Amino acid sequence: MTSSQLPSSGFPAPASGSQSPDYAPNLPGRHRSSKLWRKVFEISTIIGLISLTLLLFNVANSAFGYVAYQYRLDPATLAIDGVSLENMDRDQLITVLSANISANALKGLERDQPLAQRSEADLRRLIGERVTKPKVLGVWSLSDSLLHKDRIAAEATELDPDARLVFKSWLNRDFVTSPQSADPLWTGVWYAINGSLWTILITILVAFPLGVAAAIYLEEYAVDNWLNRIIQTNINNLAGVPSIIYGILGLALFVRALEPLTRGAVSGLTDPTPANARTLLSAGLTLPLLVLPVIIINAQEAIRAVPTSLRQASFGLGATRWQTVWSHVLPNAIPGILTGTILAISRAIGETAPLVVVGASTYLTFNPNSPFSKFTTLPIQIYQWTSRPQDEFRSAAGAAILVLLALLLSLNAVAILLRNRYSRSLP
Amino acid sequence: MPEESYAIEAQNLSLYYGDFRAVKNVNLQIQKQKVTAIIGPSGCGKSTMLRSFNRMNELVPTAHAEGEVLFHGQNLYAPDVDPVEVRRRIGMVFQKPNPFPKSIYENIAWGARINGFRGNMDDLVEESLRGAALWDEVHDKLDQSGLSLSGGQQQRLCIARTIAIQPDIILMDEPASALDPIATLRIEELMRELVQNYTIIVVTHNMQQAARVSDFTAFFTMDDDRAGYLKEFGPTEQIFTNPKDKVTEDYITGRFG
Repeated sequence: MTSSQLPSSGFPAPASGSQSPDYAPNLPGRHRSSKLWRKVFEISTIIGLISLTLLLFNVANSAFGYVAYQYRLDPATLAIDGVSLENMDRDQLITVLSANISANALKGLERDQPLAQRSEADLRRLIGERVTKPKVLGVWSLSDSLLHKDRIAAEATELDPDARLVFKSWLNRDFVTSPQSADPLWTGVWYAINGSLWTILITILVAFPLGVAAAIYLEEYAVDNWLNRIIQTNINNLAGVPSIIYGILGLALFVRALEPLTRGAVSGLTDPTPANARTLLSAGLTLPLLVLPVIIINAQEAIRAVPTSLRQASFGLGATRWQTVWSHVLPNAIPGILTGTILAISRAIGETAPLVVVGASTYLTFNPNSPFSKFTTLPIQIYQWTSRPQDEFRSAAGAAILVLLALLLSLNAVAILLRNRYSRSLP
Repeated sequence: MPEESYAIEAQNLSLYYGDFRAVKNVNLQIQKQKVTAIIGPSGCGKSTMLRSFNRMNELVPTAHAEGEVLFHGQNLYAPDVDPVEVRRRIGMVFQKPNPFPKSIYENIAWGARINGFRGNMDDLVEESLRGAALWDEVHDKLDQSGLSLSGGQQQRLCIARTIAIQPDIILMDEPASALDPIATLRIEELMRELVQNYTIIVVTHNMQQAARVSDFTAFFTMDDDRAGYLKEFGPTEQIFTNPKDKVTEDYITGRFG
């Protein structure tokens, strides 16, 4: 209801007189400033929304768009009985592949894995890499591709009269399931996804219990003395330390000082590949340093929000401190604790700088499959691709960003589902 | 009367929050299986006094006590006494109903379970709810949240969970102040029933309530240094009809407080 609809003018005048000298009429002014503030808040929200939209558009702009190819062998000439390459089944693909590569190369492939056992995606990839050998002449952004199709066609013809113009989604199944490659057309993020998942798994396993335990100690057990106040202040300040500092700490502590442990030598599980401790475990131990302060502070807030009356009820029944914490404080604080953890882990999953320092590999030739593997992660991959000169790698980086966002959102979704399961209403 | 017959007894008890003395030099004998009301103006240390009987004050980090509280001849503040054990023997019901955000059944069962109850839990839950005059209202919805009950029912649930751990004494800190008159009446009736088996100490702001439910009344008031102390103690009838002290009379007749 706006002020004009209020029947303010319809009220009888105050008994003391029509106009009290001590109270000037100011209702319209108060409503004006109220509206003004409302606008300020709305505009702030809108600016936030615009930034987010721009970000998504910018990413999508490079991840989709026209690509001009030049083939060494035109795919059209490979058609069998009028079936084009795109529509062939596995047997036909094997025929095409065997017919178009040298006998020696074929033998080599058969030795790695017999052609008959290879998947259709693998066969298509081999035909691409060995037979048609497309070369990227130029890539165009999504916005250009949608708005200036004619100009792009002209530009492509200018580059090469035989150029084949194709609308390509750089984000596709092959991209997600392929290992890294030096050729942007065949590269993928499978190893980076695995690296990110391993790192985050170790980070959660280390940071969550430690963080919650520290928060419980500080809120429920610690007495209010100077030592604990210093600890509290330090934790608050650590939340603001630049992440690269934690990377340097991780390098000194986990990669260097604890090398036998993080390399796996102690447990006898040494992966033969890394000659040093630049492993998933080192990364998974470094990121908790970074997110622990955030998890602790949020968990403390959540624990503090549990009503005192609940604690008193528990103590009044003869419960010990631990029984009170376990049965009443934690169950009621867990939604808040999980919310804080989601935020912290989201930050960890996007971290690049500390992992560069700890020693993530920019080019990985195998799938990271144990905590003692060398590793790369999605943000490292994105960082590396965006610094390459070729336009194609920037498109691949755009696609990798979308994969990272999807990974982040699905992890958050799991955490939110968990949180909602444990949520309860409080008195 | 021999000393053994007291349920609990404060001897020269002073209670502090940091340097501030909230209650000073209280000597108070609580009779077994009677309702003793603690009345007095706001800030005179009634609740502090009540909480000293089961060492709940210690949850405030700065609180400490001087003097003795004797329970079965044992000083509760002796160094070898475990406050956890004290609170199991001397239960407490709070001002605002505070059931756990769990099922009605669990509200009763939890306290018994952590204290090592080994008997039939279903029987204990029923017995406790009957004891708190709540069974008829909730027997068909024991799996519902304790928070789904009305305020008065919640408070009776809190009483039920307290009697489930079979304490000797039940402390009640203004148990009806957050309730409407009808719910208040039911709590008062319940207190009269419970006193057949338990000793009850109740803090109340409500003079009529103290007069209705209690057998003995302790009147607390404040010193000039804001320390509360016991002004007058005696059978309720005597305190309300024939107080020895002028201050007590003024308070009870509503002239101050």
